Amino acid sequence: MSQSLSWNRKDLIDVEFLSREEIETIFTAATAFKKAMEADDNKQPYLDGRTVVNLFLEPSTRTRLAFEVAASRLSADTITVTGAASSLTKGETLRDTAQNMAALKADMIIMRHSASGAPHYLSEVVDIPVINAGDGSHAHPTQALLDAFTLLEKFGSLNGKEITILGDILFSRVARSNIICLQKLGAKVTVAGPSTLVPKGFEAMGATVCHDLKKALENADAVMLLRIQHERQTSTHFPSIGEYTSMFGLNKARAKWLKPGAIIMHPGPINRGVEIDSELADSEQSVILQQVTNGIVVRMAVLHLCYCHHKGIPIELPT
Amino acid sequence: MSHILWITNGRVIDPANGRDAVGDVFAVDGKLVGSLTDQQQADATKVDAQGLVVAPGLVDIHVHFRYPGQTHKEDISSGTRAAAAGGFTSVVCMPNTSPVCDNAGTIQRIIDKVSRDAVINVYPTGCLTLGMKGESLAPTGQLKAAGVVAMTDDGACVQSNEIMRRAVEYAKMFDLPIMDHCQDESLTEGAVMNEGEWSLRLGLRGWPKAAEDIIVARNVILSEITGAHIHMQHVSSAASVDILRRAKDRGVPVSGEASPHHIEFTDAKLANYDTGFKMNPPLRSDVDREALIEGLCDGTLDCIATDHAPHTATEKDCEFDYAPFGIIGLENSLASTLGTLYHSKRLTLSEVIALMTHKGAEICKLDAGTLSTGATADICIFDPDEAWTVDAEQFFSKSRNCPWHGATVKGKVKATYVAGKQVFDGSTITA
Repeated sequence: MSQSLSWNRKDLIDVEFLSREEIETIFTAATAFKKAMEADDNKQPYLDGRTVVNLFLEPSTRTRLAFEVAASRLSADTITVTGAASSLTKGETLRDTAQNMAALKADMIIMRHSASGAPHYLSEVVDIPVINAGDGSHAHPTQALLDAFTLLEKFGSLNGKEITILGDILFSRVARSNIICLQKLGAKVTVAGPSTLVPKGFEAMGATVCHDLKKALENADAVMLLRIQHERQTSTHFPSIGEYTSMFGLNKARAKWLKPGAIIMHPGPINRGVEIDSELADSEQSVILQQVTNGIVVRMAVLHLCYCHHKGIPIELPT
Repeated sequence: MSHILWITNGRVIDPANGRDAVGDVFAVDGKLVGSLTDQQQADATKVDAQGLVVAPGLVDIHVHFRYPGQTHKEDISSGTRAAAAGGFTSVVCMPNTSPVCDNAGTIQRIIDKVSRDAVINVYPTGCLTLGMKGESLAPTGQLKAAGVVAMTDDGACVQSNEIMRRAVEYAKMFDLPIMDHCQDESLTEGAVMNEGEWSLRLGLRGWPKAAEDIIVARNVILSEITGAHIHMQHVSSAASVDILRRAKDRGVPVSGEASPHHIEFTDAKLANYDTGFKMNPPLRSDVDREALIEGLCDGTLDCIATDHAPHTATEKDCEFDYAPFGIIGLENSLASTLGTLYHSKRLTLSEVIALMTHKGAEICKLDAGTLSTGATADICIFDPDEAWTVDAEQFFSKSRNCPWHGATVKGKVKATYVAGKQVFDGSTITA
């Protein structure tokens, strides 16, 4: 198969800078990787002999594993450095840490960081590709891409689809990247949850802000649930977890407000019984585990495209 | 023999005395005089200022010179040279040094250092509270005796209303102004930029304007009940300007300053997480920026102050959340302010000079900011129209954290005189 894909970035910092065409290019590559995966063709040669560093300065399980799996399925050698194990705890700056990794001949850096904007800074410090695996409350581009990829598998097109993102929007990088990405693909986005975690300011990003759960669910083609991020709240933004669940938790009764065929998504980690009932998380409506699997192929696509551009080599895909 | 200075042919602008005309300025032994005798004329050092503005030396009541304790960022020598190059002849230093200025010994240390190293006048301030902790009063009387011109916990707003009330009541006895950095800390925990559309987009923790407005309102109330002069430092919010305007209308003895960066830039400058634009209070919205300018135009805000806050390149070279707050501006403050207020035709040249000379001096009761006969001959000569490009690498300051770096500005300092002696000649320090 000879597909001529065009991609002109070495870094993936934010979906904000991507055009719709660029997002579709990622999905074309991801689809090819997914087909190969489904055909049990599990190892692609594109990063053979290359070293990919996972610099995870904030705890992560799913994203880190998905990047490790994606890199190894592209035949790369992967090294994972976590916050506690890095020299940053010994007072080394991010600049020095990153430049040392480049000097150790890393070919790409995938970074998770608690400070918003850190990947943007890193991309100015090193010449090798930088992939943002989540920065503070700012952006989580590969999560948004895999969410959109999952929605497209389900619906074919997102034009005119209504997606509700429910939960802690204020502190959520997943919400921000999804608000931007889904709208680029033609969807309408509603953000819902308590007023302190879903401020009106999100309307400036094109989203509809809603504090009425029923209204937020009634017209949704998909509802994306988010975890309450205790670690980012400096003070109490709502009375209690119990109150949150009673007002905004998604349970079977409330799921009936959804249209037939509407799907339930969650980027994980799930807090069962808080933002979503256990039964719903495991129900037919839930695509939570498909999201996880799609996270592999979308990240393979991102790593592959950015590396090819960085090296100036033509983009090949599995046939 | 006397030292005699004769500046001739310049456009002399002395707002305190309502003077704006081409003419001469004379100084004998460091004091301004109305005329020179024939013999003095013959002996004078004559400076031709044709085509230039001759103004009082500029006054900045809000700078951080980092001595003692943080002299890797700035010290009295580098800070005063930066000030002289910016046309400033008198500055008021903030007390958040290491140790902090909550005792007469530290003030004496600064004054000794100033007498050895400074090329302009430096006035220290004392902490309002011990250790700038906001818990108990600093020895205000002893600090005044040591030479402070104002009391302030700049950078660490006193949170307790009781302590603030007693502090202003007590300082009033010594006729010292209180300068307050207005920030309700309960509203700004972890905040690094203005709360608004940009903080939401960037995922950075927002510093709501309400945190400033609440303290400005508190200070107005305390000033009103105690009669003490409270000065609001680096006002950044439109609502704070409104609160001050109403208070002044009622005759409450409050004042306020605006910084060159808050009247020029907005929080949109942070789109690329540039730590060079990170300061406290943060850059606000366009509405606030406009309200500050309006406040300067109608007198609600009294003066321009730079909040010159040096930090090293290494300290600023990091993730946005971790970078220290603060920027430097002394060396381009005149040009930047002229750009925002004069070249934009919001104020006359004389009005801008007033904001940068006698108005600030009056807040701290400094002998500075005028060309009155008998006053100290502190003079700034500048070309209001000469364009130049700000190059922080060439600054006299030890630090480079200047958000105007690379910008082309209009207004060039040609010479600075302190007590009748030239300290800056337009390119080098001559003191």
